Amino acid sequence: MAQKKEEWGTRLGVILAVAGSAVGLGNFLRFPGTAAANGGGGFMIPYFCALIFLGIPICWAEWTMGKHGGQFGFNSCPAIFGALGRRSIWRYLGVLGLIIPVIIYMYYVLIESWCMGYALSYLVGWINLGTDPTQYASQSVSYFNDFVGANQDGLMLDGRVHISVVVWLLVFAVNFYFIYRGLSKGIETFCTWAMPLMAVCAIIVLVRVLTLGAPDPDKPELNVLNGLGYMWNPKPLDSQHSSWLSALAQPKVWMAAAGQIFFSLSVGFGVIINYASYLRRKDDVVLAGLTASGTNEFFEVCLGGLITIPAAFVFLGVAGAERVGVFSLGFHTLPVVFEYMPAGHLFGFLWFFMLFLAAITSSLSMLQPAIAFLEEALGIGRRASVALLGLITGMGSLFVIFFSKDLKALVFLDDTIGTITIVVLAAVQTILFGWVFGVKRGMRVAAEGAEMRLPRFFPFVIKYVTPAYLLLMLGLWCYTDLGRYVNQVRTDQVVALTFGLVVVVTVFLLVLINLGGRRWKAETRPLPEGY
Amino acid sequence: MTTAGWVFMIASCGFVVCLCAFCFYHVLAKPSAANHMHAPIDIDTHDKDT
Repeated sequence: MAQKKEEWGTRLGVILAVAGSAVGLGNFLRFPGTAAANGGGGFMIPYFCALIFLGIPICWAEWTMGKHGGQFGFNSCPAIFGALGRRSIWRYLGVLGLIIPVIIYMYYVLIESWCMGYALSYLVGWINLGTDPTQYASQSVSYFNDFVGANQDGLMLDGRVHISVVVWLLVFAVNFYFIYRGLSKGIETFCTWAMPLMAVCAIIVLVRVLTLGAPDPDKPELNVLNGLGYMWNPKPLDSQHSSWLSALAQPKVWMAAAGQIFFSLSVGFGVIINYASYLRRKDDVVLAGLTASGTNEFFEVCLGGLITIPAAFVFLGVAGAERVGVFSLGFHTLPVVFEYMPAGHLFGFLWFFMLFLAAITSSLSMLQPAIAFLEEALGIGRRASVALLGLITGMGSLFVIFFSKDLKALVFLDDTIGTITIVVLAAVQTILFGWVFGVKRGMRVAAEGAEMRLPRFFPFVIKYVTPAYLLLMLGLWCYTDLGRYVNQVRTDQVVALTFGLVVVVTVFLLVLINLGGRRWKAETRPLPEGY
Repeated sequence: MTTAGWVFMIASCGFVVCLCAFCFYHVLAKPSAANHMHAPIDIDTHDKDT
């Protein structure tokens, strides 16, 4: 290749960068609600099965393919897929590894800016839910709707200065500043500081929540232990069953566990492949992949699982703890909790600042795959690729900001690109790894420099179990949601326009892959001897 | 909070903490593994290349 490739500075740096990519809002806001709604503590059985037999094996496959692709001198998903699959169809399928991070970034940076905006609001006292506790919930929803412009399209871009738009600009610029600084000086350095800081903020909030006791003497049953019990007590899904074991007989509980693990570990995002491509041939991927996954689990189970639901339960009872979903739990319910909590504004600031850190370590990782692709496909330098990607994602993000009514554009993008397309990419990756590249070869590549061996079940799982599981998830989605999805695109103008945005970005990237394919064929670096 | 709730909570958090401790011990504490810092002269990130 014309340019010498970038590299990670330290192994700890790449682990924290991958873990930072995985730890996001879902760890703190999605996991607790999903667990509580799917059997409480009993949910952890399918959850850990999915982690061991689905999440971590896919992680290892991605790390291995990325490292191997990097030996050809490639860092982008299409180029690596092309090199591994040795057919142009794989190169074009690699477009999934670009549209997922690029399009998710367009709306994720917006949510990230809301977290920062809320943190600032708590710091300077802009959030005021009034003095009547019975109005807190409606005031909280109203504040959020005003903040994001959810009442009307175009509200945030009406020519007036809106604090949320100013914060979005700031956050967008911060992201591109670190991306421009590069892999080692930008992403790695930032994650090395941000991850421990995030853990410290979360632990402070955790200690505060666990020491709340029963804040309302008139309602002693609303206490921390009962809040933890609401989250962790194993329970049946409905009142028709008496044993919590009945929840384990429900396929939807196992699918929910697989989905949570899947989205939590950032597999199928195109990020791990890109990050791993900057490793050297003798760098370890087995322990590194396991450590990054373990770190993500720590934030999810030990912090997310102990903070969000118990806090909501202590102040709002079952009604508050039942409200699952990132937006309703994070931006409607928790501000009410902080309003009740002693020193709530301080803890509100810490909480939303921690969510901002979780989000920015993820959003940074979404930009790097596309930066690498633009550099490889067009042969341009980092400055030009950062500028081009800034233009593309900036326009996309403004599109989402403009169509803010009921957050329709954002929710549609999250439902499609942020959910089902990830499953498609993961299925493509596991088929490429297990059936085209070859498991034995993959095991050999993974073993080079590895400090621990891949488990014996890995070949069987990655070749048969994982693709079957993913194809089953896809089949179920087509059966239950495809009709609704098509209908939405046909009947709703905003959704149709949002779908058009996805199509335009995809076609643009496919054209670039076509252009890049010729360069890559000519510039493919021969593999090291014995590889 | 029932006994089963305590069991699931402690077992889940304990498993994750042990997994993290095992991994970070091997990443940080073992001399062969510790950070495998690339020599500065090896690193050419071209971070600001144009």
